[in-house]
Amino acid sequence: MTATLLRRPGLARLRTSRAPLHRICLGFVALVVLAALLAPWLAPHDPNAVDLGNALAGPSGDHPLGVDASGRDTLARLVAGARTSLLGPLGVVAFSTLAGIAVGVTAAWRGGWLDSVLSRGTELVFAFPGLLLAILIVSVYGEGLIAPVVALAIAYLPYVSRLTRSLVLAERSRPYVEAYQVQGHSGLQICLRHVIPGIAPVVLAQATVNFGYALIDLAGLSFLGLGVPALTPDWGRMVFDGQSAIQHGYPLSAILPCLAIVLTVVAFNVVGERWADQVARRDR
Amino acid sequence: MSFLRFIVRRLLEMAATLAGASLVIFGAMYLAPGSPASFLLAGRSATPEALQAVNAQYHLNDPFIVQYLRWAGQILHGDFGRSITYRTDVSRLLADRLPATLLLVAMALVLVVALGLLLGWIGAVRGGAADSTILIGTTVALGTPSFVAAVLLQGLFAVKLGWFPTGGTGDGLGSMLWHLVLPALALALYLIGMLARVTRAAMVEVLGQEHVTVARSRGVTGHQVIRRHVFRNALGTVLTTGGLIVSTLLVCTVLVETAFSVGGVGQLLELSTTTKDFPTVQAISLILVGLFMAVNLVVDLLHPLVDPRVTLGAGRAAG
Amino acid sequence: MTILDIQAYRLRLPDTARPVLDGVDLTVRAGETVALVGESGSGKSLTSRSVLGLLPDGATTGGTVRVNGEDVLTMTPERLRDLRTGTAAMVFQDPRAAINPLRRLGDFLTESVRLNGRLAAAAAAERAAEMLDAVGLPAAVLDRYPGQVSGGMLQRVMIAAALMGDPALILADEPTTALDVTTQAEVVALLGDLQERFGTGLLFVTHDLGLAAAISDRVSVMYAGRIVETGPAEDLFDRPRHPYTAALLASTPRLDAPQGRLAAIEGRPPGLREELTGCPFAPRCPIATELCTEQAPALLSIEAEPGRRTACHHSDRTGEGSADA
Repeated sequence: MTATLLRRPGLARLRTSRAPLHRICLGFVALVVLAALLAPWLAPHDPNAVDLGNALAGPSGDHPLGVDASGRDTLARLVAGARTSLLGPLGVVAFSTLAGIAVGVTAAWRGGWLDSVLSRGTELVFAFPGLLLAILIVSVYGEGLIAPVVALAIAYLPYVSRLTRSLVLAERSRPYVEAYQVQGHSGLQICLRHVIPGIAPVVLAQATVNFGYALIDLAGLSFLGLGVPALTPDWGRMVFDGQSAIQHGYPLSAILPCLAIVLTVVAFNVVGERWADQVARRDR
Repeated sequence: MSFLRFIVRRLLEMAATLAGASLVIFGAMYLAPGSPASFLLAGRSATPEALQAVNAQYHLNDPFIVQYLRWAGQILHGDFGRSITYRTDVSRLLADRLPATLLLVAMALVLVVALGLLLGWIGAVRGGAADSTILIGTTVALGTPSFVAAVLLQGLFAVKLGWFPTGGTGDGLGSMLWHLVLPALALALYLIGMLARVTRAAMVEVLGQEHVTVARSRGVTGHQVIRRHVFRNALGTVLTTGGLIVSTLLVCTVLVETAFSVGGVGQLLELSTTTKDFPTVQAISLILVGLFMAVNLVVDLLHPLVDPRVTLGAGRAAG
Repeated sequence: MTILDIQAYRLRLPDTARPVLDGVDLTVRAGETVALVGESGSGKSLTSRSVLGLLPDGATTGGTVRVNGEDVLTMTPERLRDLRTGTAAMVFQDPRAAINPLRRLGDFLTESVRLNGRLAAAAAAERAAEMLDAVGLPAAVLDRYPGQVSGGMLQRVMIAAALMGDPALILADEPTTALDVTTQAEVVALLGDLQERFGTGLLFVTHDLGLAAAISDRVSVMYAGRIVETGPAEDLFDRPRHPYTAALLASTPRLDAPQGRLAAIEGRPPGLREELTGCPFAPRCPIATELCTEQAPALLSIEAEPGRRTACHHSDRTGEGSADA
């Protein structure tokens, strides 16, 4: 018996057998990651250089994608924004995956009261959608990147730990585990050396799928002004800044970050689902 | 298990989870840097009088558990405390703003159910180019956060084409409906994609089952087979996403109402968070969490009606 | 009167090297029970499903499949619907899979006649109760869901459903395979009774030779999409004239012949990706000669045995005490 990947239902059975689409998405992910890594060298201007005299100007040789309502270069802000927009979700996914694995493995291996405490806690966190928990925590701690990332990581943790728990339970019943126990290996050793590497592909596929959700939630918080500080270049923040421009008939500075968000989330979803499908097929 | 016993057990479970959630919501302010009193005042003039007023209102000198119980007891009596920003009862604020939000969520829900089921149905039954088009459309929808949809719809249909108002709530039902068309679309888009996917996958699974072939072999025609067997059997799977759909709709009102300046509860949550009006944030969080649980209870109660193999409280029977 | 008349029926699936069904001839007369016997994959289920026009996706066909004189393969959708709701009905292998678990059994029974306007709802319910009575079930079953009754009961419901349109032909596709042994006997007896009572033709598809012998008037044995032998049940089992039938009999445990070992048939049936020249059974046949691998034998009448036909180049050498060969 193998545990199935816990996906949010919309993405279950997403058929991405179309190889070109998958390759394009993989390429786009690589492009965005590269832009985020090399942002300081790639950006043609200082993303925060204000030029009010040139506000909302269209594309030109100097500003290939135009400027926003404060005259800041849109391309520079998009490239620099890739950094914050990917860093946040990365933090959420890294924390929720590591902590989720730890909690899931412990609960499955130890069982007993620890397991029931975990499942109670999971139920409680499931009652809080990620965005609501993040807003609650931001309202206490104030704006910034850390508080929302921690809040979302906590909200996503149960998805990972529940998956890990069911995977470890299945893995634990396999004969090799008992063989190692008979040979005197400790539970911790067996977990670290054998069980966790065994379940890693499935959990990492789940993490990739979570990345897209985290990006959506964090961009939403930035859009509300509850995420990154006001001046930091960030796609969600750029949509917020661009909204008033759009209302005055200058849509470009809002449409571009919107596109960046949609394309990145779609690319991560397609790549993650494809990976999850492959893992599921291999397990079958 | 009898219906009554199931209800009682689920209500008890719900109460327990709600108690846990309320403890988190109430306790959150003790996690804030500084004393609860200064947090509650949130930078407003911390005169001794003001501090005393806050201490008196929240009984901050009592032990934590006493404070919590008093707070919870007040909420059970419908008293959600006073808003720091608006200097009025939170329950009054909520009562003023709830109709717009409920109407918005209802409109979006209608869109999600109608379009999601329709597109899923077409994708599963037609296949070919229609299916591919829907697949691409839903992939994009699943990558589009509601606030992005809101800004783009606003730019195109309100600013550029002028078909709809750019924002606001409107007065009277007709005007409200008119003002909420674009927000409802923005709110629904992602979930239409999700529901279409779920419906399509569930119907494709049923289509491969033997009893569909058997129905055809007995002279039941194509459309009747789809309606009476394929769609009917897919409904159970579709229903299980109901809780997620409603909770996503409710939470995302904060983004969409902010984008369209709709004077609803979602906008109030955004405003009270930025102004550090914590009693209001607490009240809205608690109401939202309570609503999610209520929706999940309703879904659980509906499930046996849609699928006779599901018995209350036992999940789906084997086989 | 011949109800089912299949002549030179061929069926080919996409991406295969040979037809799945290759020149099948089969007849069922009114009131007659014919068993179609073969291993899984021999094409027997495909043959019976074709009678209702249930073809796999992308299948191409040749020959004729006539029910009451009308070719199913060229029927208009309206005629096909009439055929399926009235003239012919099928009892499927696994009733748990064949009946929608989410709808009441009353709905399943009456669906076909109701939706096609043959009977009004009340009349359909009345007939359903009658048919349930005929298969020995109370009318209360109408209000049950499939999950609430046993497998044996469900197969009785399936049979009652097949009788709803007063068919001239019932196709039973391994109707007992999914049931436990005691229920199997009940269902077989029931089918026999009903067939006699209503005078329908019955095509009984099975892999079980003993069962075929017990229930049928005539038997056709199928191998790799071809009929290899056909004849009256008793004669065919007493003196099989095709080596495959003989081997099949030798591998079946028999109560009246306790001595001797069961002989498994060596090798396996040819796959769909291999092209076939000659007799499909030749690679597994103990008496095959060069001729058998070069030329496919035709299904020919056997002299001195009326009603029997076999497709074997060496049918003159078979037939004498070969059951224990």
